[in-house]
Amino acid sequence: MHKKRDRKILSHVARNWALLFLICLLILFSILGKNFFGLRNFSNIVLAATTLLLLATGETFVIISGGIDLSIGFVMGFVCVVSAVVMRDLHAAGLPQVISITTGCSVGILLGLIPGLINGILIAKLRVPPFIATLGMWGIANGLAWRFSEGFPIAFLPPRVRDIGMAYIAYFSPKTGLSFFSRPVLTERADIWNLMKIIPIPVLVIAILLVIFAFVLAKTKFGQHTYAIGGSVDAAERAGINVSRHLIKTYTISAFFASCAGALLVFKINMGVHTQYTSSYELFAIAAVVIGGASLMGGKGNIWGTIIGVLLIGTLNNGLMLMGLPIFYRYIAVGCILIVAVLIDQFFPELVYKE
Amino acid sequence: MKPLLEVRNITKRFGGLTAVDNMDMKIFPGEVVGLLGDNGAGKSTLIKVISGVYRANKGKIFFAGKETRIDNPMHALKIGIETIYQDLALAENLNVYSNIFLGREKLKRFLGLIKILDHDYMLAESRKVLDQLEIEVPSLKKQIRTLSGGQRQAVAISRSIYWDAKLLIMDEPTAALGVVEQKNVLNLIKTLSSQDIPVLIISHQLHDVFSVASRLVIMRRGKKIAERMTKETTTDEIVGLIVGSIPGDYHDVNTDTAKGSDVNRRHFASKSGKNHRPKQNQG
Amino acid sequence: MMDKADFREILVILVKRWILIFLAIELVFFAVFGTNYLSLRNLQNILLTSTVVLLLATGQTFVIITGGIDLSVGFMVGFSGVICAKVMVSLQAAGISQSVAVSSGIAVALILGLLPGLINGLLVARLRVPPFIATFGMYGIAYGFAEIISNNVPIHNLPTLVSSIGHGYLIYWLPEKAFTFFKIPENLTRLELQNLVPIVPNVTVIAFIFVAIFAFILAKTRFGQHTYAIGGSVDAAERAGINVKRHLIKVYMISSFFASLAGVCYVLMFITGRAPAGSARLLDAVVAVVIGGASLYGGTGSIGGTIIGVLIIGVLQIGLVNLGVPTYNLYIAVGCILILAVLVDQFLPKLVHGKD
Repeated sequence: MHKKRDRKILSHVARNWALLFLICLLILFSILGKNFFGLRNFSNIVLAATTLLLLATGETFVIISGGIDLSIGFVMGFVCVVSAVVMRDLHAAGLPQVISITTGCSVGILLGLIPGLINGILIAKLRVPPFIATLGMWGIANGLAWRFSEGFPIAFLPPRVRDIGMAYIAYFSPKTGLSFFSRPVLTERADIWNLMKIIPIPVLVIAILLVIFAFVLAKTKFGQHTYAIGGSVDAAERAGINVSRHLIKTYTISAFFASCAGALLVFKINMGVHTQYTSSYELFAIAAVVIGGASLMGGKGNIWGTIIGVLLIGTLNNGLMLMGLPIFYRYIAVGCILIVAVLIDQFFPELVYKE
Repeated sequence: MKPLLEVRNITKRFGGLTAVDNMDMKIFPGEVVGLLGDNGAGKSTLIKVISGVYRANKGKIFFAGKETRIDNPMHALKIGIETIYQDLALAENLNVYSNIFLGREKLKRFLGLIKILDHDYMLAESRKVLDQLEIEVPSLKKQIRTLSGGQRQAVAISRSIYWDAKLLIMDEPTAALGVVEQKNVLNLIKTLSSQDIPVLIISHQLHDVFSVASRLVIMRRGKKIAERMTKETTTDEIVGLIVGSIPGDYHDVNTDTAKGSDVNRRHFASKSGKNHRPKQNQG
Repeated sequence: MMDKADFREILVILVKRWILIFLAIELVFFAVFGTNYLSLRNLQNILLTSTVVLLLATGQTFVIITGGIDLSVGFMVGFSGVICAKVMVSLQAAGISQSVAVSSGIAVALILGLLPGLINGLLVARLRVPPFIATFGMYGIAYGFAEIISNNVPIHNLPTLVSSIGHGYLIYWLPEKAFTFFKIPENLTRLELQNLVPIVPNVTVIAFIFVAIFAFILAKTRFGQHTYAIGGSVDAAERAGINVKRHLIKVYMISSFFASLAGVCYVLMFITGRAPAGSARLLDAVVAVVIGGASLYGGTGSIGGTIIGVLIIGVLQIGLVNLGVPTYNLYIAVGCILILAVLVDQFLPKLVHGKD
């Protein structure tokens, strides 16, 4: 029957609609924008999207488990500030840069796990609704970040921070050939401009993290249990899963990613700064996860979808900017796409249990 | 005697699935009819059609002899068809009298201008109907969520009675109740029957159905496959009919429903003492 | 034995009213440790700073009771504020009298402000989009449009009437001399001006009127009852014959109406139309509603509780400023109070029923 076959095709389209939409956007912006299409710009998109990528990955776990984490934006700011403060102070105390930098990152990330733990305990053991628990933590994390930074950006970080932030895995220049990790020394301005930079270090780090956690989510028992809890807490409990402990781990993972984003931010901007109120990081992260196919009810979603969601938002950002349109248009765009994402899910209920 | 409710050739489809298939059924005043069948037989769907939640794809409904369209729940309520679902459809956060008056709240004028809720009236009227049915609920102002399963069931039934139900449909009334409360609910049903209000019960608890229903209608896969007078059958036979180990009376919708009219004839023979011969096109 | 039971009863009554007690403790604390905290001026300051949040929270109360949430109000304030300001400025430039310009600006903002609520309602009720997503989408869209309309720049040069309303008070009282409504008494000496006591800001009066009206609607009318019913069980409401879809649409329109009203008040108070206005107030509003006793799952809550929730935050905010404590502590404190509120609400039934 023609109707059935059409429906099947449509279903296939719907299943991958985010990816298709992304491709359309890429084509659209290539035509309408200047300098959109090119390795340089695409690297820019990916680089700019790194923060959101980290936040959204952590959020993916939480949303699949049926909850939500609103605190990630401010946990990120908190870790950014704390890491920067430690780095600055250790550096000022005369310690070698390697130590001050690594200590700063470690301390920051470790401290950043605490909000995740608290969230998990509140939600799992004290039965506080996730929205409220993470909202409360949102406020507390922001307050603390502000407190440590006194409202001013933290500067005077070890110089190597900047280098790492701008470093790439490989460089290629017609003059010096391919070199790994160390930037070739070039004097001619033309040569510097033509230097091809391949894969920023931060992106490498993120890629490794993503692969690991995507594997965890898709292939391990932990991932399986996450989906189970999202499907039905009751069923999971009766199957013997320790739901409380699992949820605590889930929210800690979310905080972990937020902390990594915070630490990464220090390298990116060479400063420690708390998150602005209007940044709406958490909402874009949630949007990316939902666009990528997750349902706020839980039980659905995956890392790959989240990545596409993030790239979609990142492409929109970049494309709008190159077209000369003010950045706030992305709010409208993301808002509409989000609603479309949900509507598609509704009109194609057979996609409910996609892996 | 004319049936109070009659459904003819009712069919309800969901996509490719036919939940109710050319179903005929009659309910007479004062009867308690048990609608039986395994899961998926179509019982719930049928009563949802009768109570207006679903609209049938095909078929007609006759109420008090007149052909009626029941397009939505409000419609059914207006005619006097009250349905009590398995989940009781009570709002947990509202109190007893608010639930009894839900959707049909009594209003009074405030300062002659604005219509506001008349709590005193609703409280008093609810107390009256609960007393009439001899139901014990300590405080009508407490939220429903503080009540036991049996008490909630009683509130749901009182709601229907208060609104002058002409036909009461109950889906698994005793399912989640303890022994004592089950007895109370069954007694309540008998009370209703004695007040000439017909009751249609869906239940898996054959024992309960046998104790209150005078007639049994058995469905399988959307079709009516048998009808029995409770007195003339056994639980074993019913179970057999439900699961299919005993073949039903109706193999094909178009065959003569002689057995069906037989049942009706004998039913009314026993009731009125006379031998009524039903008209041929009443089937 | 009697004493124990009595004690328990008193404890239950106290805990049920814990937010009032908390507010009282706060006031006492700041009165003792702060300077002039309980002065008329300071108290009115609290009311003024809380106005926007109060309006947002009132509308949000309706939505949360039905089990939903409205995130769009975060940018609705800016959206309606910008429209209001723009209309006023344009009409004034066209030479139209101030009172007409100002009232038109307000009217247009309020009417257009119903539109996002309508869309939210349609998305949630008819298209079954989860409220979180639908209103988040609208949040972004409202922000985008607000920026477009205002060209990314705050709108200034509003008619002077705006400032006299926005900074004006209902009553001006010069002790033993004069008592006027709305206008500062004429021909006052400088000393007299200093002693002038302004009572009740106009903006507060406006907010209060609307809040009171809708508090009445929620508590006393059939509409309010049905709102609670839907929050308790959509099924029960539907089967009782309530048109849930239409009701939800109305509820979301109420929320966006209050958000536009908040935007108008913002314009009146700050004499400017800004797109990002009030975005920080969204979560304060939700927090206030939850502190006030609502559950995000729906079915409970009240405007009275919401008002107390708003005051708890407002008193705290002004109190910290009064004490000279840095404002970031506010976030920490509010975060903690929020979690505390939820925990209390959860353990309350156990406390009450432990008695039974």
